[in-house]
Amino acid sequence: MVDSLKARLIIIGLLVLGSIWSLLPRQVTIRVRGAEGRMTDTTVQRVPIKLGLDLRGGMHLGLEIDRAKVTAGTPSDALDRALRVIRTRIDEFGVAEPIVQKVGLDRIVVELPGVSDPGRAKQIALRTAFLQFQMTDKQGLFRTALPGIDRALTAAGVTERSVGTAAGDTSAPRAAGPSSAVEDILGAAGGPQAQAGADTAKAQADTLGNQLGQGPLTPLLFAGSLPGEYLVREEKVAIVDGMLSRPEARRLLPRGFVLRWGAEAMSRGAVAYRGLYILEERPIMTGEFLVDAQARLDPLYNQATVDFELTRRGGRVFERETGRHVGDHMAIVLDNVVQSQPPVIRSQIASRGQIELGSASLQEAQDLALVLKAGALPAPLQVVEERTVGPSMGADSIQKGIVAGLVGIALVVLLVIVYYRFSGLLAVLALILYVLFTFAGLAALGATLTLPGIAGFALSITIAVDANVLIFERIREELAAGKSLRLAVDAGFKMAMNAIVDSNVSMVLTAAFLFWFGTGPVKGFAVTLILGVLASMITAIFVVRTFFMVYLQRRPGLQTLSI
Amino acid sequence: MIRLFANADYDFIGVRKWAYGVTAAVVVPGMILLAFTGLNYSIEFTGGALVQIRATGATPPSAAELRSALSAGGFEDAEIQSFGSDREFVIRARLSAEATGTEDEAQRTAQAVTRALQERLGVNAVVVDRVESVGPRVGGELRQKALGAVLLSFVATLVYLAFRFEFRFGLACVLATAHDILTTLAFIKYMNLEVSLIVVGAILTVVGYSLNDTIVIFDRTRENLHKYKREDLAAIVNRSVNETLPRTVLTNSTSLAALLALLFLAGNVLRPFAWVMAFGVFTGTFSSVYIAAPVLMAIEKRWPGKDARGVRARVQPAAHRAAVEPPPAEA
Repeated sequence: MVDSLKARLIIIGLLVLGSIWSLLPRQVTIRVRGAEGRMTDTTVQRVPIKLGLDLRGGMHLGLEIDRAKVTAGTPSDALDRALRVIRTRIDEFGVAEPIVQKVGLDRIVVELPGVSDPGRAKQIALRTAFLQFQMTDKQGLFRTALPGIDRALTAAGVTERSVGTAAGDTSAPRAAGPSSAVEDILGAAGGPQAQAGADTAKAQADTLGNQLGQGPLTPLLFAGSLPGEYLVREEKVAIVDGMLSRPEARRLLPRGFVLRWGAEAMSRGAVAYRGLYILEERPIMTGEFLVDAQARLDPLYNQATVDFELTRRGGRVFERETGRHVGDHMAIVLDNVVQSQPPVIRSQIASRGQIELGSASLQEAQDLALVLKAGALPAPLQVVEERTVGPSMGADSIQKGIVAGLVGIALVVLLVIVYYRFSGLLAVLALILYVLFTFAGLAALGATLTLPGIAGFALSITIAVDANVLIFERIREELAAGKSLRLAVDAGFKMAMNAIVDSNVSMVLTAAFLFWFGTGPVKGFAVTLILGVLASMITAIFVVRTFFMVYLQRRPGLQTLSI
Repeated sequence: MIRLFANADYDFIGVRKWAYGVTAAVVVPGMILLAFTGLNYSIEFTGGALVQIRATGATPPSAAELRSALSAGGFEDAEIQSFGSDREFVIRARLSAEATGTEDEAQRTAQAVTRALQERLGVNAVVVDRVESVGPRVGGELRQKALGAVLLSFVATLVYLAFRFEFRFGLACVLATAHDILTTLAFIKYMNLEVSLIVVGAILTVVGYSLNDTIVIFDRTRENLHKYKREDLAAIVNRSVNETLPRTVLTNSTSLAALLALLFLAGNVLRPFAWVMAFGVFTGTFSSVYIAAPVLMAIEKRWPGKDARGVRARVQPAAHRAAVEPPPAEA
């Protein structure tokens, strides 16, 4: 213990100065996306205490990498890569003070405070954004294989009805691949080319079935307007997808080719068709080589497009490959879904190209450009945990929390002053320092204040008060036992020490376990509780004692104490 | 000067049978209820989806309207709870036990619930204030972690107490704490409170509070054992409880005051937490006075110690010196 009054006052002074310094508003630079979609860095002045998502609103996502779908490298490499990609995307998206961090072996936690459109932010974080350019099946190998597939399906007892019931709820978007969101957005309206394609489809509508004979599958397919394209009625998409994904059908598909669905339905009158594309498995180019992507609204068709630019090496490869395929059709495949109708390659394409997005809005095109630029995720991510708090609820919580906290503190202060009079007043003065120390601790540790954290704060005030109650009760007892004032005060502080230390240690122990297992808000509770208990030890034992020493020194003749 | 319970001399040890009876009356039916119906775990632990909405239209929808909207969307089992006002509702959809779904099923459920409500009630008629979805595996992990934390904090406290006090004191502390956990669980059951992460946090904090109270009393017992060598243990325990009574009452009054403020003013999110804490402070005080002290006596009776009073008091040197000699005067 420091016995010199001067030394004590200096220590308290330093603690107070340090606390005030750590709470001074400081400059924080945040990136925000302006109304026109451009990113700007702004500097704001604010108190360095972080508010939890439950108080300021925002989104917390727990993402897990799909280990089974990691194609290259180890899962932990894939996780690191995914972390970098998501961080870049979120930075570009423009959220102030995001948190993107790895948790455990296969999880990534993303926290986006104050995000106004959670759904959109989620999509940007989650989109695999794997871009491939693949050539369509120009030799019609699939068509040759169709009778065999039909026979195999018939032999397996597959009918349209059996698949239909098995597929059950499987909706078209799910069948079309992981990026079902694209279709949700793009809706059912077809683009200008789709219209032309559907006309041809109508002309050839019944020919395919007649030419190739009957079976469960063939009658559902209509020939498209370009090699490797087939059309399926929208309501039959799930059935066809179910049939084609059966093992007996998969075995017979031409080797080196994959089946991919189109992103949009092509509607013609009352009937909507979906494109089914037979594509060479090996892409001639992937999004890995992309350096830039810009969204644009095509003024002619009012259609959103994304212009992209490839690296120099990518450009050379692309030039060579497209040169070899002049006159063929090239599908632009994003997350295994074919974007618009595959265009024909008229001449070599170098490092620049564009992706047409049909009826998507400019904002969707911007989001796509953003994720393409940031790179593809090494494997799909799943949301295993989500917490979203709306901004109004956050504001409501913080207001109620502060009111409840203040009323609670006021009640405690009232009780202590009424009961202990002047000594109580000294304890309350020390409480002011206690509040200062606790918040300074929060700021210094970079801890987050949450709604349960406010509760923890209010509770730790009662712990601070308890230490003083123990001391004051002891002083009263010593006085009652006939000790002189000064001796009683000394004994009070000394004798209460054991109980204060023991009980506070047990409190910190339980709070530490709470911190260890809790998440977000509960962690905030544990942190404020621990900080509060520590601050209360300092104020109740050290600061209040010093106050008493100052008071007693100034009045040497004092024989009674208001306690 | 206000002095509550100064020089109190109540016979706390004498009424221990009554206290045990009260405890049994609270705990036994609660535990039986628990055994048959279980606790109402939040989706954080079970996995599932929670959507909190606020109606913005002129006439807020009734619970029945919400129910029909949810049923139409295929969520017959979803729970609907009004949240504070007639405009705010919390909808919980738990994952069915046989859900074979992947981890993001909870996520899809949350989206589907939101969509179902917006389709039936109008997109602009409801504002989504809060969405939580937790995958079943994440929930399971959290459940294990919470259980582990409760047990570990128990062990750590016991080790600390064994180090600071004699083992008997530690055992009595732990039994009193076990009493608090049981009564609190019974309380949660009676109130049908939802056991969420923050409620588990409250239970752990209650443990800390209760220990705090018990330690203060035992600290005094330790001191008095040394001070009054001729008194028997019953008298000393009783004396210690009485001597610390003013502190017990005042401290717990301030705690309750702060908690009541939280209970009534901090809003619905914190309410279950505040309920559990408020009850916990009450039961913690009760157990420190009426359970921990008599249990210490009972332990002593069953396994008497070496000296006449049965307890080998391991008094801390500092406390001992201060008790018999006047402390050195400070500058």
